[in-house]
Order: sequence, then structure tokens, then C-alpha cells
Amino acid sequence: MSTTTYAGVEVRLNDEGFFEDPTVWTRDMAVEMAAADGILELTPQHWTVLDFMRKEFFEKGTGPTVRVLGKNSGVDVKALYQLFPKGPAKMAARLAGIPKPKGCI
Amino acid sequence: MSKRIVILGGGTGGTLTANRLHRHFHHRAEIVVVDQDDHHVYQPGLLFVPFGLAKHSEIVRPRHEQLHKDIEFVQQGIDRVDLARDTVVLENGSELAYDVLVVATGTVLAFDETEGLTGPGWNEKVFTFYDIAGATGLAAALEEFQGGRLVVNVVDMPIKCPVAPLEFCFLADWYFTERGIRDKVELIYATPLDGAFTKPVASAALSSLLEEKGVHMVTEFNTGEVVMDDDGAAGKLVGYDGREVPFDLAVVVPMHSGAAYVGRSEGLGDDLDFVPTNQRTLQTKAKANVFALGDATNVPTSKAGSVTHFEGEVLVDNIIRFLEGEVLDEGYDGHANCFIETGFGKALLIDFNYDTEPLPGHFPAAVGMPLLKESRMNHLGKLMFQWVYWHALLQGRDIPGIGADMPSRGKDLTARTPKETTV
Repeated sequence: MSTTTYAGVEVRLNDEGFFEDPTVWTRDMAVEMAAADGILELTPQHWTVLDFMRKEFFEKGTGPTVRVLGKNSGVDVKALYQLFPKGPAKMAARLAGIPKPKGCI
Repeated sequence: MSKRIVILGGGTGGTLTANRLHRHFHHRAEIVVVDQDDHHVYQPGLLFVPFGLAKHSEIVRPRHEQLHKDIEFVQQGIDRVDLARDTVVLENGSELAYDVLVVATGTVLAFDETEGLTGPGWNEKVFTFYDIAGATGLAAALEEFQGGRLVVNVVDMPIKCPVAPLEFCFLADWYFTERGIRDKVELIYATPLDGAFTKPVASAALSSLLEEKGVHMVTEFNTGEVVMDDDGAAGKLVGYDGREVPFDLAVVVPMHSGAAYVGRSEGLGDDLDFVPTNQRTLQTKAKANVFALGDATNVPTSKAGSVTHFEGEVLVDNIIRFLEGEVLDEGYDGHANCFIETGFGKALLIDFNYDTEPLPGHFPAAVGMPLLKESRMNHLGKLMFQWVYWHALLQGRDIPGIGADMPSRGKDLTARTPKETTV
């Protein structure tokens, strides 16, 4: 576990860089994290995905997989990879301040 | 008045549940099993078919013959479940009312979710071994295979028996060695995971085993499309991130979904047609009188026969409790137990649950079969299991020494990954 500062607020992260506490997340933090990942502008499509991730997490206790994102977020899988080139489920979960989606077992 | 329990699916979970319920209730309950066909496949056997180690006829038996004679078997497709009316609507329009419903219809292979998978080259250069037709076709293709790149690919999780694609790699290494052409074959394992398995200690052990056997791993690969070359002799998997994995022969484990009728039944399934189910009691979240087990559920453990078997004990107990108005037992701990065939007459064994990842040690106690380590004894265990499956497991009999709860005696708990927590 480590701490870092996003948008002027100290945030606790786990070893893989995911938020320990999703409730402290703000949209400004996502903008800052995205920039550090090379996404210079978060477009409305990015926000559609990030908002969907958070909604799913708070409803279901885990973030969606890429397949569920592609089916239900309103953005198809190909576009998801263009928006989040390092892997949509993982990267979008990190930017949305929620834990890494549990790969099914 | 006698209660009617309708069980959807006559596979591992449906059959063992029906037989266990019958043993408890005898004529005090009417038990009905519905399935669209009468072919019960011993699914662990599918792995052996491509390598000529098992034949179609050896791993398929009639479903109705696995059920006690007093259990009614209805061979008919399912249109939908009407939760509000406690009724199952069958494809022929007839209806089955129930007091308790058990969903045990497993998964279906969603070939269409991957572009090009069943296009040109399908069942010629691109196969799956997850069904009888694919496994049989692949046997012929492997026999003709003289060398080149053999790619084993898992498209997405969840899949049935997550270790089976690894076992396929291990057996392919053995098979081509036996044929004397191993040096002409390049084996590649392309997976959406970041390692060989989902749990850290087992993932490390299995990754090094792949390396030892000369299987090259491509990780975090999400197959977007299967594309054949113009001459049809070879092709490539194209990932969503643009990476390409060329192959001369591809063995693809397609995406899995729940049964289609689940999607047609309002309030029963999730986005992928799996049934949201309490992971401890196996009562569904859809309605109190609807239970589910096996691959059909969304519980966070492996989709595997051993899981279904262990779930069955708790499920049947809870159906009895439910009908008697008692509080349900939160007894299922996520126990899974899998033999992993590693070729050359050896196998590995893993044993785990919701809280404890697969660890080294011995099963079921300090003296027993070695865990997470190759041995001849585990291989024999795997072979013997087919007999146990038909004669004890499906009949709903307890298997001596192997209970629903995961045993901790014999496990090396010091090998645990420090951050491993409840799933």
C-alpha cells in the first residue's frame, strides 16, 4: 500500500495503483491520473465508461469485465480499447477509482 | 401434499441433485428433470479425445439412465421460467408448475461473440475441444499435424474448468514428443489473464511448468478476431489491442454464457445469462424458491464438476430446509478440487475455496496425494475419477474422504500469498 496526491488530496493506493477507498475519488483526480497515463483529454465517451464503471461497482460490488462493458456501457469493445489502450477493464477501473475487476476464476 | 421439485438440466449438477433429493424424499416429493437432449457427457473426458486417449462413445451416456427410475425425465427445450407464476414454460408450449426450482443448465459456448471464429478455417484449422464435435475433429487434425505453430487460446473468462486449456498444452507437449516431432512444433498459450491461472501461488507454479515444457505464453491477450490467410493454410488471432498471434492450428476456448432461456426469463439472470446466486446457501437472488448450482451460477469459484459436486450437498440440504420452513445453511465454502493432467503419465492436484488459494502440501491430510506437484498418483486419481463420476458422484453418494468443506490439514499455509483475501 502507498499514498499519493491527486488533485491536491492524499489518496491511499494498493500495490497495483488502485484506490483503497473508492468514495474519496473525484472527477478532477481522474483527469490528473489520465494525463499521467498519456490520455490528454477525457472525452465524453471516456466519461460514459468511467461513470458506468462506478455505477456497476457500487451496485454489484465489483467492476465490470470488458465483455460486460462492451455489452452495456454504450461503447463497443473496439472503441473501448481505443479509449483505454492499456486494457479497458483494468485501466478504466483505476481511473474510476474502483478496485481492479475480479477476473473470474 | 406432495411437493414438486423441477430441476432444469440433466448434467452433473441436475443429476446428482435429483438423485440426492430422491434419496431423501422418496415418494414424498415429485422430482422432474428437464433437458433438451438425452446425452450426458463426461466433460473431463473431452480433454483426452483430441489426443486419441478417449473416444466419443466412452464419455457419453444417456441422461435418463443416470437418474433413479422414480425420477421423471422430460426431454424438451426450455422456453423460459415464469418466476411470478412458479412455472417453467417448455419449447413445445407445455408448462411445468413447481414448488421449488433448481437451475442446473450450465453454460453454452458463445462462438458468435468472437468475430471470424466460426468463419473460414473453422473445424479445419481452428477448433475447440469444449464440445464433442470439436474434440473429435481436432483429433483428426492433430494426427495430420506435422509441425508449425499450435496456438491454444482462451478468449475470455469465465470458462468451464479454467485449467483445461493448460492441460491441453501439457498433453500436446507429451503427444508431439511421443510422435518424435516435438522439435517441429511451436506451442503457444494466449490468455486474457496476466499469468497461467487466477490465483497467485498456483499461477506461478503453472507458469513455470509451461516454461519447462517449452510452451510460450502470451498474456493479457483479448482475442478480437480470428483471421485466415487467403490460401486458408494458416491464420492469426488479432487482439483488441492490435497484437497478432499467427497460427498453423488454433485451439480456441470460446466465450461462455449461461443458457439462452435464462436471458428470456425476466429477473432470473445477469448480463451474461448466469444466475445471481448466494455463494454460501445456493439460493438464487431471483426468488426464495429458486436454487442454482454448477456452471449456471455466478458464484465466484471455478466452473467445474468438483464445485458442482460439493455445492450439491449444501443445495439439497437447503432445499429440504426451505420446504420445512427452516433457516438455510450457509455451508458452501467455495471448495474446488481439480486434477491437472501434465502429460507423461503425471498430474498435479489443486484444492482451494473462497478464502484459501491453491497451496502446496497433501490432500486430504498430511498423508495423501501431493498438491501443486506433479505425480503419477495424481494421474491415476484423474483416470480413476471417471468411474467415481458415473457410479458415485452422479448417484449422489458421498465419496469417502472428500467432503464438501475444503480440508486444511495437509496444506502448507506458510506458502500463502500475503495479500490473498476473500474473493
